[in-house]
Amino acid sequence: MDLQTTTYLFVGASFALYIGIAIWARAGSTSEFYAAGGNVHPLANGMATAADWMSAASFISMAGLISNMGYGGGLFLMGWTGGYVLLAMLLAPYLRKFGKFTVPQFIGDRFYSKTASTVAVACLLTASLTYIIGQMTGVGVAFSRFLGVTNEMGIYIGMAIVFAYAVFGGMKGITYTQVAQYCVLIAAYLVPAIFISLHLTGNPIPQLGLGSNLVGQDVSLLSKLDQVVTELGFGKYTTSVPANSTLNMFVYTMSLMIGTAGLPHVIMRFFTVPTVKDARTSAGWALIFIALLYTTAPAVAAMAKMNLIGTVNAGALTNADAFAPESALVYEDRPAWMKRWETTGLLKFEDKNGDGRIQYYNDKSKDEAFNAKAEAAGWKGSELNVNADIIVLANPEIALLPDWVIALVAAGGLAAALSTAAGLLMAISSAVSHDLIKNVFNPGISDKNELLSGKISMAVAIVIAGYLGLNPPGFAAGTVALAFGIAASSLFPAIMMGIFSKKMNKEGAIAGMLAGLFITLFYVFAHKGLFFIKGTDFVDMIGGPNSFFGITPEAFGAIGALVNFAVAFAVDKVTAPPPDHIQHMVESVRVPRGSTVVTGAH
Amino acid sequence: MDSNSSAYWSATLGLLTKILIVWFLVSFGAGILFAPVLNTIHLGGYPLGFWFAQQGSIYCFIALILYYAHAMNQLDRKFDVHEE
Repeated sequence: MDLQTTTYLFVGASFALYIGIAIWARAGSTSEFYAAGGNVHPLANGMATAADWMSAASFISMAGLISNMGYGGGLFLMGWTGGYVLLAMLLAPYLRKFGKFTVPQFIGDRFYSKTASTVAVACLLTASLTYIIGQMTGVGVAFSRFLGVTNEMGIYIGMAIVFAYAVFGGMKGITYTQVAQYCVLIAAYLVPAIFISLHLTGNPIPQLGLGSNLVGQDVSLLSKLDQVVTELGFGKYTTSVPANSTLNMFVYTMSLMIGTAGLPHVIMRFFTVPTVKDARTSAGWALIFIALLYTTAPAVAAMAKMNLIGTVNAGALTNADAFAPESALVYEDRPAWMKRWETTGLLKFEDKNGDGRIQYYNDKSKDEAFNAKAEAAGWKGSELNVNADIIVLANPEIALLPDWVIALVAAGGLAAALSTAAGLLMAISSAVSHDLIKNVFNPGISDKNELLSGKISMAVAIVIAGYLGLNPPGFAAGTVALAFGIAASSLFPAIMMGIFSKKMNKEGAIAGMLAGLFITLFYVFAHKGLFFIKGTDFVDMIGGPNSFFGITPEAFGAIGALVNFAVAFAVDKVTAPPPDHIQHMVESVRVPRGSTVVTGAH
Repeated sequence: MDSNSSAYWSATLGLLTKILIVWFLVSFGAGILFAPVLNTIHLGGYPLGFWFAQQGSIYCFIALILYYAHAMNQLDRKFDVHEE
């Protein structure tokens, strides 16, 4: 069987499974549509949360980013897992006790204000819509590379699949398909990693392989990698800090943690378990399932880097002279996987010095001695451009693994993108149908009509998401960072103060959310342009790039959160305290006793 | 708030504080601030600071959540506020 047929078989089988589950788990009531009936087992919810959370970015891009960044890539690993500690302890059990369907509903009720819930809806919609663009483009990339269809066709197929199970199944259908998608994506991630780890280090467990010696050598993989990358002018793999700023890495990690805890599509998964106790346990399960991928990713990153350099500059790997002309790979002799990825444009070769060989090194090195050596060798700039996204997708091919592994990775990448897209669509549709239509425009709406409006708003959201995926605004790459920035600077502090400060009033919460949101958008837009439109950036007005203590715009969410807290407490001090019944509500949210199944009723 | 609930709440806050200190130390401490120092120590082939940033902190996070869930269940029972 050729690769194409095998891939069709794997992807087709996985899609059939999702559809089958969707037919079995149709949603018949608003409680099933919004919260899967409130009786999902904590372990199943943990798995669904893991699939919900691990997006195309985690599955496809993260290992590639770490591969390029080395040690500094740890900020994604710590940031995207450490947030679960905050979520498990500070938000999830209390929001479960509160027992309503959506995050804006909590903010609206706790701060006794429709303005507050509307601000929360706006934050939620912006964060979720920007996030979903990345998922749709991920679906397009995976389809076009693996199924040989066009990017557009890939997105249409993806939309149809999500439509089938999300619209009819609601949260219930999404939950159980996410459980299946988790199994597919984790298998797809682990299998190639195990093969590669075994091949390079002789240890089948990638987490241990990363700390082992190379097969047949008396040197550890990491110190060998350090030596190889420095030889090619890159920073040392195990110590390189992004933007050379430890403070920035610190703040960036914090922003990702707070943002993770504040993302509504993750929070609302905890409304589906039966009890407060289950919400706590479920967060633990979720992190265990997530960690399985997140602790494998650094091994994949380092090993892929090793394999890549070994392929293009064999001299660097065998301790021969990396600068000798014969060390570099002859372009005409390049392996088949490079040819396949060249057609996607994600891998590019440009023969700058016209010698027909591929020179891959850091041509922006500040090391004079290295630059002199590179010049003496006749190198005229790095000739290979490798998009971070292909590290995971091409990994099985680079390591020469069998066809079925490549097919499995294709199915896994699609599972990751589709499961997250479905979770985001759920968050969007519940905010629209429950928080806007029911709470603001038409409070008397019947259960049946609310269910219908939920399904319609989900269908509309799928069309918008598909449109954005087909016509990705030029800023697609920057938007995921924006989603975390918004969640960190507006939603997380508001929810946290709602639980931990009995005296926080509506004026404080609204002012805080708006201030945090505004300052974050201001800093991001200053760097990237107003609403990401090229040419409208005003970075010089704020004193040049990263002018706030060298903090990059992606890392700014934590600063926005600080501003949010500060403004909220300042405004709270000078305005009237919340009414008594609200303070009693906060007290009752803090104790588990008396929790009921999640409903939307008031 | 009756005295039992407020005692329960302050016990909860005490537990959260303890866990957050460890959470901070393993990630921001060992993984970032003290990573250069810890890198002089090796854990197998791993420099220790690098290990905390890319592996160790995540294992600690799992342990923290599991401990939290366990300790909270005990607090719930001790103060008789658990779900029936």
